[in-house]
Amino acid sequence: MSNEDREVILSIKNVDITFHTGHKKKVEAVKNANFDIYKGETFALVGESGSGKTTLGRAIMRINPCSAGEILFEGKRISGKISRADDRNVVRNIQMIFQDPAASLNERATIDYCVSEGLYNFHLYKNEQDRIAKVDKALTDVGLLPEHKSRYPHEFSGGQRQRVGIARALIMDPKFIVADEPISALDVSIRAQVLNLMNKLKTEKNLTYLFIAHDLSVVRFIADRIAVIHHGEIVEIAESETLFEYPIHPYTIALLSTVPMPDPIVEKNRKHIVYDPSQLDQSGEQREMRELRPGHFVYCTSKEFADYEEKISKLEKERNG
Amino acid sequence: MSNNVIISAKDVEVKFRVRDKYLTAIRNVSLDLYEGETFAIVGESGSGKSVFTKTFTGMLESNGKISNGSVMFHGMDLTKLKSDKDWEGIRGAKISTIFQDPMTSLNPIRTIGYQITEVIEKHQKISKADAKKQAIEMMERVGIPDAKNRFDEYPFQYSGGMRQRIVIAIALSCHPEILICDEPTTALDVTIQAQIIDLIRNLQKELGFTTLYITHDLGVVANVADRVGVMYGGQIIEYGTVEEIFFDPRHPYTWALLSSLPQIGEKGKDLYYITGTPPSLFNKITGDAFAPRNEHALNIDFEQEPPFFKVSDTHYAKTWLLDPRAPKVEKPEAIRDLHEKIKKMTEKGGAFYVE
Repeated sequence: MSNEDREVILSIKNVDITFHTGHKKKVEAVKNANFDIYKGETFALVGESGSGKTTLGRAIMRINPCSAGEILFEGKRISGKISRADDRNVVRNIQMIFQDPAASLNERATIDYCVSEGLYNFHLYKNEQDRIAKVDKALTDVGLLPEHKSRYPHEFSGGQRQRVGIARALIMDPKFIVADEPISALDVSIRAQVLNLMNKLKTEKNLTYLFIAHDLSVVRFIADRIAVIHHGEIVEIAESETLFEYPIHPYTIALLSTVPMPDPIVEKNRKHIVYDPSQLDQSGEQREMRELRPGHFVYCTSKEFADYEEKISKLEKERNG
Repeated sequence: MSNNVIISAKDVEVKFRVRDKYLTAIRNVSLDLYEGETFAIVGESGSGKSVFTKTFTGMLESNGKISNGSVMFHGMDLTKLKSDKDWEGIRGAKISTIFQDPMTSLNPIRTIGYQITEVIEKHQKISKADAKKQAIEMMERVGIPDAKNRFDEYPFQYSGGMRQRIVIAIALSCHPEILICDEPTTALDVTIQAQIIDLIRNLQKELGFTTLYITHDLGVVANVADRVGVMYGGQIIEYGTVEEIFFDPRHPYTWALLSSLPQIGEKGKDLYYITGTPPSLFNKITGDAFAPRNEHALNIDFEQEPPFFKVSDTHYAKTWLLDPRAPKVEKPEAIRDLHEKIKKMTEKGGAFYVE
C-alpha cells in the first residue's frame, strides 16, 4: 500500500524532549523525532534501554512535555498547552498498556475496579448495569470471564494479568494504543497468547498500535513498520520486512546482528557487529530524515545518504539478479 | 568437552514449606555435567530451574530443603553439607554463581575494588596488595577499560553491562571449576547481552571452567549451549545436545516451547500457544505433568509417569510417545525444517548470518 493514500492518525513533528537535571545540566532524551503513524497499523519503536523510546511514548500520552516540535493526533495538536476538552479527548482515545502487569495494577482493588477505573473517571456509563455490561464485555474481549471481576490481581497468572491490563485500556474504546514493552515480562508461551490477542483486537476494533520494544525478533512478527531509535535519535524507519532485508544504518545492522535466533547452527556461525559511531560522517552537517526508498527513511547527512544509496543499489542488484 | 563427570545430581527432590503446606519444587531430577562443557537449562518461570541449581551451592531459601537424592562433587555429597562453614571451600571457591540483576548482586555502598578483593582475600589468604593486583588483573580480563582508576569507583558509576562484567570478575576471581549463570543477560540490552555471552565464552576457553546456564531465552541457548535440558513442572523432561533439542525434539512440551517463539511466527497468522497453566506444585502430580496441556496426550500420560526413553546416546526424553506401543505423532509443522526457516529469515539483511 502506498503511504500517501493512508490516513495519518498520529504525527510526530521535530520533537525534542529534554530533561533538566539540575542547574544548567540537561539530558536530551529525544532529539528531532519525525514520523507519522497510519491508521490501523502497528508501528514499532525499537531501541535499547535509555534510547528514549518510552519517553517518546509517554510524550504522546501527555506525561512528558515536548521541549520543541509538536505531536498531532488526528490532525490536532496534542502537545504543549491544550484546552481541557482536548486533554480529556486525548486521554480517552489514546490508552497505554504497560510492561509489568503485576506492577501496573492496583493490588488492593478488584479486577472490577481496575477495569472500570477509566469509566468512573469519565462517567462513561449510564447506570451501574451499563457499567457492569461494559466491564463484562471488555473482559470477554480479552479472553477472561465475567466472574473474574470479583478477584484481585494476585490471583491471576502473568498472562491473565496482562489481559486485565489490556481490558483496562480497551474499555475506553480508544483509537490508539501505546503498548510499552507489553510482553517483555512474560514467559515464552504466554507471549504468544498476548501477541495473538493484540493482533485479534487490532482487526476487530480497528486499533492502531505504537509498540515499544527492545526485542527485534518479536517486533518482526507483530509490526507493519519499524523505527529504530538510538540515543534519542530515530536512525531508521522502514516496513518491517524491508528493515530486516535491507537494514542500512550501521546501528540497525549492529542491532540486528545481536538478536538471538533459536537455531544453534545460525547462532554459532554469526558475527556480532559492534556499532561504532565514529564511522559516521563527522563533518558536523546537521542530520535529517531522508527517504532512501519509498517508505524507507534513514537519519543521515548528505554524504552518508550517498553512501547508503550506493550500498542499497548494490544489494538490490545482487539479490534481484 | 571431556568425558569426566564433574558434578552429578541423582534423584534430587526439593521441598518448600509454605504456610504449613509442602510444595515439591524439584521432583527427582538427575543430571551429570561434564568437565568443560556448557549445559543450558531452559524452562518457564516456576519450572524449578533456579531452585535446582541452588542445590549445587547450598543457597536454597530457609524454608526449603533437599528431601531426597544426592549431588556428588569430587566424591563429596553436597546435600549433606549444612552450615556455611561446611560450604566455605565450595561455594564461591569451586562453584560460583552469576545472578540476573547486577545492580542487586553488588553492594551499592562499597567500591567495586573492595567487593572483588573481599572475595579474593577470603578464599586465598594472601596480602592486601596482592589481592588488589589480582583484582585489577581480573577487571582487565573481563574488559573493564582503565581498570586501575575504576577500582575505587562505586557500582552506580558503572553501566549495566559493566556491572555484570564486575559480577563475572567476582565470580571468577577464585578460579572456580563450575560457573552457574542464572539468567545472566535477562536484565541487559541485546547488544550488551551479546558482549557478555561472548565474554563468558572466551573466559571459559581461557580458564577451562564448566558452565551451567539457566535461561528462558531459546535464542541464548542456541548460542551458548553444548547440551540442553528442558525443565517443566520441577523435572527435566528432555535433554540432549543443542542440535538434537532444536532440530529433533521429542517431548511435546519442547515442541510447544519452540512452536510458540515469535521468531518463527508467520505474519498475519496466529502464533502457536500452550493452553492452560503450569501444574501447581502443591499437589501431587500423577503421570506426565504436561499431559493436561498436551494435545498429543495419551491415556497413560494421566496415570503413570513416563520414564526417560533413549533417542540417541546423548538424547533422552521423558514422554510416553517414545514407547514402541505409542501411536506415531509427528512434531508440529511450525518447527519442521527449523534451520531452513531461520536461515531463510536471516540470510538476507547481510548482518545476520555468516556461513
